[in-house]
Amino acid sequence: MQDTTGAQTHEDGNALAGPLSAVFAHDMTTAVGRCLSCAAERPLAEVSVWSHGPGLVARCPGCDAVLLRLVRTPRGSWLDMTGLSRVLLPV
Amino acid sequence: MGSLTPGFHGRPRPQGVALPPGQYVTEDFPVLSAGPTPRVDTATWQLDVVTETGATHSWSWADLMRLDQEEPTVDLHCVTRWSKFGTSWRGVSLDTLLADVASAADFALVGAYGGYTTNLPLADLLGGKAWIVHTYDGAPLHPVHGGPARLLVPHLYLWKSAKWVRSIRLMVQDSPGFWEQLGYHDYGDPWREQRYQGD
Repeated sequence: MQDTTGAQTHEDGNALAGPLSAVFAHDMTTAVGRCLSCAAERPLAEVSVWSHGPGLVARCPGCDAVLLRLVRTPRGSWLDMTGLSRVLLPV
Repeated sequence: MGSLTPGFHGRPRPQGVALPPGQYVTEDFPVLSAGPTPRVDTATWQLDVVTETGATHSWSWADLMRLDQEEPTVDLHCVTRWSKFGTSWRGVSLDTLLADVASAADFALVGAYGGYTTNLPLADLLGGKAWIVHTYDGAPLHPVHGGPARLLVPHLYLWKSAKWVRSIRLMVQDSPGFWEQLGYHDYGDPWREQRYQGD
């Protein structure tokens, strides 16, 4: 995208619609996450999930740090992934 | 003429005991944890109260035991919809703990061994409404229920009663805790059914 001078500008978030729909359609249990706390990497299928509380809490099996939290409420689903420094979605 | 059918509400509530909306009565004591149970030795246990100026007041286990002990019997209401009536505890009122703490703060962020946090107005910790409890039903509080010591704030949903309590930070501004960051209600009054943000 360019402005009238030919310089590149940014687009709004709607530009993420197509690319992110492909990402979040992925089976996330095969995604490989890196723990922000200890840097260990493993598929999400191998993390420890605590599901008896008010929401789902996924923890690193190595250091017990919280990797991901998911709460479903009447307003929608709340997802926090700040405990993952990156996620690889394998082809 | 027969009485009106009240509809199905799960198990019948005990006569004369009030149940908040959307709750059912349980006789057991469910364990709901968001992580592994910390094993905290009373020899190293410590409670810190940190004021908005950074002043820190600390109590060891022996310090806690030397304070006036109270024995509240209270009803518990969990946001996952179970309520438990008539639970008996022993511990120290927050009025006693905070009596000599100088603060102009309006809010508290409670921290726990294991990293859990929850926030509430400071006023809800005072006035005979909250305790640091270490004994349940006459026995030392089991680690799965928050032992050696947990916060007990029974007039709010039980996620506010932090297990394995470690610290209370007094703050001028509110700051959401572990579940409050993720869609749960900032205050959590079971009688007004404040489960989620917007309730």
